Amino acid sequence: MLRRLLAAFVLLTGLLAASWSAQAQTIIDVTEGKIKPYPIAIPDFNADPGNEEIARQISEVVRADLESTGLFVTGDPAAFIQKDLSIGLQPRFADWRIIRQDGLVVGQVGRTADGLLSVAFRVWDVNGGEVYRIPVENRQTGRVEQAAGQSFTIAPDSWRRLAHKVADTIYTRLTGEDGFLDTRIVYVAETGPKTNRVKRLAIMDSDGANQRFLTEGRNQVLTPRFSTSDQEITYMSFEGGRPRVYLFNIQNGRQEVLGNFPGMTFAPRFSPDGRSVIMSQAQNGNTDLYLMDLRNRQTRRLSDHPAIDTSPSMSPDGSQLVFTSDRGGSPQLYIMNTDGSPLSCPSGGRDTACRITFGRGNYSTPVWSPRGDLVAFTKQTRGKFHIGVIGTDGEGERLLSEAYLDEGPAWSPNGRVITFFREARPGSGPKLWSVDLTGRNLRQIVTTTDASDPAWSPLLD
Amino acid sequence: MIGIDCSIAKDRMGLKLMKKVLKCATAAVVLGLGACASDPVVEEVAAPVTQVVEAVAAPVERAAPARVTRAAPVGPAAGSLADFQANVGERVYFDLNQWRLDDSDRAVLQRQAAWLQSYPNVRILIAGNCDERGTREYNLALGERRASIVRDYLVGLGVDQSRVDTVSYGKERPIDGGTDDAAWSKNRNGFTQIISGARSS
Repeated sequence: MLRRLLAAFVLLTGLLAASWSAQAQTIIDVTEGKIKPYPIAIPDFNADPGNEEIARQISEVVRADLESTGLFVTGDPAAFIQKDLSIGLQPRFADWRIIRQDGLVVGQVGRTADGLLSVAFRVWDVNGGEVYRIPVENRQTGRVEQAAGQSFTIAPDSWRRLAHKVADTIYTRLTGEDGFLDTRIVYVAETGPKTNRVKRLAIMDSDGANQRFLTEGRNQVLTPRFSTSDQEITYMSFEGGRPRVYLFNIQNGRQEVLGNFPGMTFAPRFSPDGRSVIMSQAQNGNTDLYLMDLRNRQTRRLSDHPAIDTSPSMSPDGSQLVFTSDRGGSPQLYIMNTDGSPLSCPSGGRDTACRITFGRGNYSTPVWSPRGDLVAFTKQTRGKFHIGVIGTDGEGERLLSEAYLDEGPAWSPNGRVITFFREARPGSGPKLWSVDLTGRNLRQIVTTTDASDPAWSPLLD
Repeated sequence: MIGIDCSIAKDRMGLKLMKKVLKCATAAVVLGLGACASDPVVEEVAAPVTQVVEAVAAPVERAAPARVTRAAPVGPAAGSLADFQANVGERVYFDLNQWRLDDSDRAVLQRQAAWLQSYPNVRILIAGNCDERGTREYNLALGERRASIVRDYLVGLGVDQSRVDTVSYGKERPIDGGTDDAAWSKNRNGFTQIISGARSS
């Protein structure tokens, strides 16, 4: 695993050192809607002899990672003036200011005595000493000259993860948010004609690298979701002829049916503490919500209503659920207490479940943000599909996307980015996309096959 | 409500339909394919409900006499899968976001029930299917609701519950890969699949 060996570099001032632990040196404010990407120069890292090529590759991945967040724009290396960068020396800030860079990353790639790949790097503010306010809405201020200086090591064949760790560290230091780049995405890889579709579990790095299949495709599988551990997923499979919820350990390949339900089970999701799986069971024409405790395999019925209740997703503290129900006549989003007790509804009154969507159209596949304040959903209206977010009190609905089919949002572990699948035009086949929760930075994650139902892993160890 | 529908159907229509089906099946065996084939073929292709209604309105009587004099090749054997497909109909079709059965659906299911009564060894799996204009998880639930409605109707007509299983495929198994209303209305169906017990063709 990746170890932070040491904070290798001494901070320039005691004042700055004091502010590190509080992550107070945020220089990119990502809490406001309007964001100007932060110009940052990331020249190819210096290399100990024999490591030149891997140093170049690592630098490339760091640049691509930061660009992919939409919060950074990395400068063109052809324009760089200073060529004699060294990790031990302060850069000539003027050389970077004149080409309109604000940040600068200087790195060094080498090997440890036992053959591990190691990276040391520093992040500089080239306006050194200046007070930063980016963008103008930024409510945080801080003197930032050197934001991070760290060293990482890893087995050489995992060099991409090392690059993602570097990028996450830069991202965290400059935005004040947790990183999300050293993660994986599990999804459904789709091949074949629509009338005889093969659907396999597949997994890749969050930047689309290292795509591989996890199942052979004999049985259609749907809706994989990660546990709070990055090694376990829950999903639905048609194996045995009917939909049932499974657990799948990615590390050892072990799969097991979850529970012994008389009806079909689907729409699984882990509770945020990883100890339970919540899901739907359909039996005799009615679908309700259930919870299975993974430690003792006991099941508990969470909802009992003649309408369809499905797609449950738990709040970060586990106390509430958001789910889809058509009890009002069409699919809409509802919130309930996990223990079934009545709650005060934002729209008035007390009930065992409160409807939170009242806009025109159908709402489904709600997913509670890891930050707790928002629910992402799929909305179908006027012949189009959208991904959107809404406050857990039903206020502030915002649509982030629109297409022939946009479905199945999933949050990045830091609650910053939503991934989903899109069929852009009728019959064009589903692809994976991601969008910042502000609605900016909509981009496709390129996969080798059609793909759907993406789900984000937690940050890797 | 379904219960009432079923009992009426059993009392008033069951016998008549049984005769129809038997007549049809017999005609198919003796005279060949022509007798009833037009009905289910039309039904498979016809998406809007209105067309289905027309198709089932005059199923046997119109076609059979015309074929009587013709020496026909061998048709589906009575009690075979081909017989069921050709002379009874495997699917009922649902309206958008709906799970209720209309008259044409009930007519198909009444034929299915009568046929199943004639061949008591046959076991069936009823699959509920949805079009692609919904989300996966909701459609799995909706498909299960559709499959259960079909099962309940057949059981209400006297088909032993132990012979019937249900499943939902949600929107995962369309029979038409198109992306228009015609395709979607075909893909919103309840599919009665013979699992075992049918005679060989």
